[in-house]
Amino acid sequence: MEHMPGLYSAALRMTRNAADAEDLVQETYLKAYRAYGSFEEGTNLRAWLYRILTNTFINSYRAAQRRPEVTDVEDVEDLYLYKRMADSGGTAAGRSAEDEALDRFTDDDVKAALEALPEAFRMAVLLADVEGFSYKEISEITEVPIGTVMSRIHRGRRALQKALHDVGSARGLVGSTAIGLND
Amino acid sequence: MAEESLFGETVNCDEAVHQLYHYLDGELTEDRRLQISEHLNFCGPCGGAAEFEVELRQVVANRCKDHVPESLIRRIAEAIDEESRQHDGER
Repeated sequence: MEHMPGLYSAALRMTRNAADAEDLVQETYLKAYRAYGSFEEGTNLRAWLYRILTNTFINSYRAAQRRPEVTDVEDVEDLYLYKRMADSGGTAAGRSAEDEALDRFTDDDVKAALEALPEAFRMAVLLADVEGFSYKEISEITEVPIGTVMSRIHRGRRALQKALHDVGSARGLVGSTAIGLND
Repeated sequence: MAEESLFGETVNCDEAVHQLYHYLDGELTEDRRLQISEHLNFCGPCGGAAEFEVELRQVVANRCKDHVPESLIRRIAEAIDEESRQHDGER
Protein backbone atom coordinates (compact mmCIF):
# COMPACT_ATOMS: atom_id res chain seq x y z
CA MET A 1 0.00 0.00 0.00
CA GLU A 2 2.98 2.28 -0.56
CA HIS A 3 1.05 4.30 -3.15
CA MET A 4 -1.83 5.11 -0.83
CA PRO A 5 -0.72 8.59 0.34
CA GLY A 6 -0.39 9.81 -3.25
CA LEU A 7 -3.63 8.16 -4.35
CA TYR A 8 -5.50 9.57 -1.36
CA SER A 9 -4.22 13.11 -1.99
CA ALA A 10 -5.08 12.84 -5.67
CA ALA A 11 -8.55 11.56 -4.74
CA LEU A 12 -9.05 14.52 -2.40
CA ARG A 13 -8.10 16.99 -5.13
CA MET A 14 -10.41 15.23 -7.61
CA THR A 15 -13.48 14.87 -5.39
CA ARG A 16 -12.77 17.88 -3.13
CA ASN A 17 -14.47 15.92 -0.39
CA ALA A 18 -12.91 13.62 2.25
CA ALA A 19 -15.73 11.05 2.39
CA ASP A 20 -15.82 10.64 -1.41
CA ALA A 21 -12.01 10.54 -1.54
CA GLU A 22 -11.91 7.66 0.96
CA ASP A 23 -14.53 5.70 -0.97
CA LEU A 24 -12.73 6.38 -4.23
CA VAL A 25 -9.41 5.09 -2.90
CA GLN A 26 -11.05 1.98 -1.44
CA GLU A 27 -12.79 1.26 -4.74
CA THR A 28 -9.52 1.79 -6.59
CA TYR A 29 -7.72 -0.76 -4.40
CA LEU A 30 -10.51 -3.30 -4.76
CA LYS A 31 -10.59 -2.91 -8.54
CA ALA A 32 -6.81 -3.18 -8.68
CA TYR A 33 -6.93 -6.32 -6.54
CA ARG A 34 -9.54 -7.91 -8.80
CA ALA A 35 -7.81 -6.85 -12.02
CA TYR A 36 -4.30 -7.64 -10.91
CA GLY A 37 -4.21 -10.56 -13.34
CA SER A 38 -4.50 -8.11 -16.22
CA PHE A 39 -1.62 -5.99 -14.96
CA GLU A 40 1.44 -6.64 -17.07
CA GLU A 41 4.53 -7.32 -15.01
CA GLY A 42 7.30 -4.91 -15.81
CA THR A 43 4.96 -2.07 -16.70
CA ASN A 44 4.36 0.87 -14.44
CA LEU A 45 2.29 -0.23 -11.43
CA ARG A 46 1.96 3.29 -10.10
CA ALA A 47 0.61 4.64 -13.42
CA TRP A 48 -1.76 1.66 -13.61
CA LEU A 49 -3.18 2.47 -10.15
CA TYR A 50 -3.67 6.13 -11.10
CA ARG A 51 -5.42 5.03 -14.25
CA ILE A 52 -7.90 2.99 -12.21
CA LEU A 53 -8.35 5.90 -9.80
CA THR A 54 -8.98 8.36 -12.62
CA ASN A 55 -11.39 6.05 -14.45
CA THR A 56 -13.33 5.33 -11.30
CA PHE A 57 -13.55 9.00 -10.47
CA ILE A 58 -14.79 9.92 -13.92
CA ASN A 59 -17.30 7.08 -14.14
CA SER A 60 -18.70 7.12 -10.62
CA TYR A 61 -17.97 10.21 -8.63
CA ARG A 62 -18.04 12.95 -11.18
CA ALA A 63 -21.44 11.83 -12.38
CA ALA A 64 -22.68 11.71 -8.79
CA GLN A 65 -21.47 15.23 -8.08
CA ARG A 66 -23.80 16.48 -10.80
CA ARG A 67 -21.63 19.43 -11.59
CA PRO A 68 -21.76 20.68 -15.13
CA GLU A 69 -18.43 19.84 -16.66
CA VAL A 70 -16.41 22.97 -17.29
CA THR A 71 -14.28 22.26 -20.30
CA ASP A 72 -12.35 25.46 -20.60
CA VAL A 73 -10.16 27.68 -18.51
CA GLU A 74 -9.43 31.35 -18.97
CA ASP A 75 -6.26 32.30 -20.79
CA VAL A 76 -3.62 33.55 -18.40
CA GLU A 77 -0.36 35.15 -19.49
CA ASP A 78 3.02 33.42 -19.07
CA LEU A 79 4.80 34.05 -15.76
CA TYR A 80 1.63 35.51 -14.24
CA LEU A 81 2.66 34.94 -10.65
CA TYR A 82 6.35 35.71 -11.07
CA LYS A 83 5.63 39.11 -12.55
CA ARG A 84 3.42 39.95 -9.57
CA MET A 85 5.49 38.32 -6.84
CA ALA A 86 8.50 40.32 -7.94
CA ASP A 87 6.46 43.32 -6.81
CA SER A 88 5.87 41.92 -3.33
CA GLY A 89 9.16 42.77 -1.70
CA GLY A 90 12.68 43.70 -2.64
CA THR A 91 13.78 44.30 -6.18
CA ALA A 92 12.71 42.49 -9.28
CA ALA A 93 16.21 41.11 -9.61
CA GLY A 94 16.32 39.62 -6.11
CA ARG A 95 14.87 36.20 -6.73
CA SER A 96 15.06 35.20 -3.08
CA ALA A 97 12.33 37.76 -2.36
CA GLU A 98 9.93 35.89 -4.64
CA ASP A 99 10.99 32.53 -3.28
CA GLU A 100 10.39 33.75 0.27
CA ALA A 101 7.01 35.07 -0.77
CA LEU A 102 6.16 31.59 -2.11
CA ASP A 103 6.94 30.12 1.30
CA ARG A 104 4.14 32.19 2.80
CA PHE A 105 1.54 30.12 0.96
CA THR A 106 0.10 27.49 3.28
CA ASP A 107 -0.94 23.95 2.35
CA ASP A 108 -4.57 25.10 2.41
CA ASP A 109 -3.80 28.01 0.04
CA VAL A 110 -2.22 25.75 -2.55
CA LYS A 111 -4.88 23.05 -2.25
CA ALA A 112 -7.64 25.65 -2.60
CA ALA A 113 -6.01 27.14 -5.70
CA LEU A 114 -5.58 23.72 -7.34
CA GLU A 115 -9.12 22.68 -6.46
CA ALA A 116 -10.45 25.89 -8.01
CA LEU A 117 -9.33 24.76 -11.49
CA PRO A 118 -11.84 23.15 -13.85
CA GLU A 119 -11.58 19.39 -13.63
CA ALA A 120 -9.71 18.53 -16.84
CA PHE A 121 -7.03 21.12 -16.06
CA ARG A 122 -6.91 20.21 -12.37
CA MET A 123 -6.29 16.55 -13.22
CA ALA A 124 -3.57 17.40 -15.74
CA VAL A 125 -1.68 19.70 -13.35
CA LEU A 126 -2.17 17.31 -10.45
CA LEU A 127 -0.76 14.34 -12.37
CA ALA A 128 2.14 16.36 -13.80
CA ASP A 129 3.27 18.58 -10.97
CA VAL A 130 2.10 16.86 -7.80
CA GLU A 131 2.44 13.23 -8.89
CA GLY A 132 5.32 13.78 -11.31
CA PHE A 133 4.02 11.82 -14.31
CA SER A 134 5.31 12.53 -17.83
CA TYR A 135 3.07 13.81 -20.65
CA LYS A 136 2.99 10.30 -22.11
CA GLU A 137 2.03 8.67 -18.81
CA ILE A 138 -0.72 11.23 -18.24
CA SER A 139 -2.03 10.59 -21.73
CA GLU A 140 -2.28 6.87 -20.85
CA ILE A 141 -3.76 7.47 -17.40
CA THR A 142 -6.47 9.85 -18.60
CA GLU A 143 -6.92 8.32 -22.07
CA VAL A 144 -6.55 11.75 -23.64
CA PRO A 145 -4.28 12.43 -26.67
CA ILE A 146 -0.84 13.70 -25.70
CA GLY A 147 -1.24 17.07 -27.46
CA THR A 148 -4.38 17.76 -25.47
CA VAL A 149 -2.65 16.66 -22.26
CA MET A 150 0.21 19.05 -22.93
CA SER A 151 -2.10 21.94 -23.64
CA ARG A 152 -4.12 21.24 -20.49
CA ILE A 153 -0.99 21.06 -18.33
CA HIS A 154 0.37 24.33 -19.67
CA ARG A 155 -2.90 26.24 -19.53
CA GLY A 156 -3.77 24.67 -16.20
CA ARG A 157 -0.45 25.77 -14.69
CA ARG A 158 -1.01 29.33 -15.81
CA ALA A 159 -4.55 29.28 -14.42
CA LEU A 160 -3.16 27.85 -11.18
CA GLN A 161 -0.78 30.80 -10.94
CA LYS A 162 -3.71 33.19 -11.20
CA ALA A 163 -5.70 31.18 -8.66
CA LEU A 164 -2.73 31.27 -6.28
CA HIS A 165 -2.38 34.97 -6.84
CA ASP A 166 -6.08 35.46 -6.05
CA VAL A 167 -5.72 33.45 -2.83
CA GLY A 168 -2.48 35.28 -1.96
CA SER A 169 -3.75 38.77 -2.62
CA ALA A 170 -6.89 38.10 -0.55
CA ARG A 171 -4.49 37.38 2.32
CA GLY A 172 -2.16 40.25 1.51
CA LEU A 173 0.73 37.92 0.60
CA VAL A 174 1.37 39.27 -2.89
CA GLY A 175 1.16 42.58 -4.68
CA SER A 176 -1.38 43.21 -7.37
CA THR A 177 0.63 44.92 -10.08
CA ALA A 178 2.76 43.15 -12.62
CA ILE A 179 6.27 44.15 -13.55
CA GLY A 180 7.61 43.75 -17.05
CA LEU A 181 10.24 41.06 -17.23
CA ASN A 182 12.80 43.29 -18.85
CA ASP A 183 11.98 46.61 -17.20
CA MET B 1 18.26 41.30 -27.65
CA ALA B 2 18.95 37.81 -28.85
CA GLU B 3 22.63 37.14 -29.18
CA GLU B 4 24.09 34.66 -31.63
CA SER B 5 23.86 31.22 -30.10
CA LEU B 6 26.70 28.74 -29.96
CA PHE B 7 24.20 26.28 -31.36
CA GLY B 8 23.44 28.22 -34.51
CA GLU B 9 19.94 29.53 -34.02
CA THR B 10 19.09 32.35 -31.68
CA VAL B 11 16.45 32.29 -28.99
CA ASN B 12 14.81 35.48 -27.84
CA CYS B 13 13.15 36.11 -24.47
CA ASP B 14 9.62 35.52 -25.76
CA GLU B 15 10.55 32.15 -27.21
CA ALA B 16 12.45 31.12 -24.08
CA VAL B 17 9.53 32.02 -21.82
CA HIS B 18 7.07 30.38 -24.14
CA GLN B 19 9.03 27.10 -24.18
CA LEU B 20 9.84 27.18 -20.49
CA TYR B 21 7.34 24.47 -19.52
CA HIS B 22 8.52 22.16 -22.30
CA TYR B 23 12.07 22.81 -21.18
CA LEU B 24 11.43 22.18 -17.48
CA ASP B 25 9.36 19.09 -18.28
CA GLY B 26 12.23 17.61 -20.29
CA GLU B 27 10.04 17.44 -23.39
CA LEU B 28 12.29 19.28 -25.89
CA THR B 29 14.69 17.89 -28.45
CA GLU B 30 18.30 17.98 -27.32
CA ASP B 31 19.19 20.82 -29.72
CA ARG B 32 16.30 22.93 -28.56
CA ARG B 33 17.00 22.14 -24.91
CA LEU B 34 20.57 23.39 -25.30
CA GLN B 35 19.41 26.57 -27.02
CA ILE B 36 16.93 27.39 -24.27
CA SER B 37 19.40 26.42 -21.56
CA GLU B 38 21.98 28.76 -23.06
CA HIS B 39 19.49 31.61 -23.16
CA LEU B 40 18.49 31.05 -19.52
CA ASN B 41 22.14 31.07 -18.46
CA PHE B 42 22.88 34.34 -20.20
CA CYS B 43 19.64 36.22 -19.71
CA GLY B 44 19.16 37.28 -16.07
CA PRO B 45 15.41 38.00 -16.16
CA CYS B 46 14.56 34.76 -17.98
CA GLY B 47 16.91 32.77 -15.75
CA GLY B 48 15.22 34.28 -12.68
CA ALA B 49 11.80 33.43 -14.05
CA ALA B 50 12.88 29.85 -14.73
CA GLU B 51 14.17 29.44 -11.17
CA PHE B 52 10.90 30.80 -9.86
CA GLU B 53 8.90 28.31 -11.92
CA VAL B 54 11.01 25.44 -10.56
CA GLU B 55 10.53 26.70 -7.02
CA LEU B 56 6.78 27.13 -7.53
CA ARG B 57 6.46 23.59 -8.80
CA GLN B 58 8.18 22.27 -5.69
CA VAL B 59 5.90 24.36 -3.49
CA VAL B 60 2.81 22.99 -5.26
CA ALA B 61 4.03 19.39 -4.92
CA ASN B 62 5.05 19.77 -1.28
CA ARG B 63 1.92 21.62 -0.17
CA CYS B 64 -0.52 19.11 -1.64
CA LYS B 65 0.16 16.27 0.77
CA ASP B 66 -2.48 14.86 3.09
CA HIS B 67 -2.47 12.49 6.03
CA VAL B 68 -4.13 9.18 5.19
CA PRO B 69 -6.62 8.33 7.97
CA GLU B 70 -5.72 5.12 9.84
CA SER B 71 -9.35 4.08 9.54
CA LEU B 72 -9.08 4.13 5.75
CA ILE B 73 -5.97 1.92 5.74
CA ARG B 74 -7.80 -0.56 8.01
CA ARG B 75 -10.96 -0.41 5.93
CA ILE B 76 -9.12 -1.18 2.71
CA ALA B 77 -7.13 -4.03 4.28
CA GLU B 78 -10.39 -5.53 5.56
CA ALA B 79 -12.14 -5.12 2.22
CA ILE B 80 -9.29 -6.89 0.43
CA ASP B 81 -9.27 -9.68 3.05
CA GLU B 82 -12.99 -10.12 2.55
CA GLU B 83 -12.51 -10.20 -1.20
CA SER B 84 -9.78 -12.84 -0.99
CA ARG B 85 -11.90 -15.01 1.34
CA GLN B 86 -14.80 -14.88 -1.11
CA HIS B 87 -12.43 -15.74 -3.87
CA ASP B 88 -11.08 -18.74 -1.95
CA GLY B 89 -14.65 -19.87 -1.21
CA GLU B 90 -15.43 -19.98 -4.90
CA ARG B 91 -12.69 -22.43 -5.66
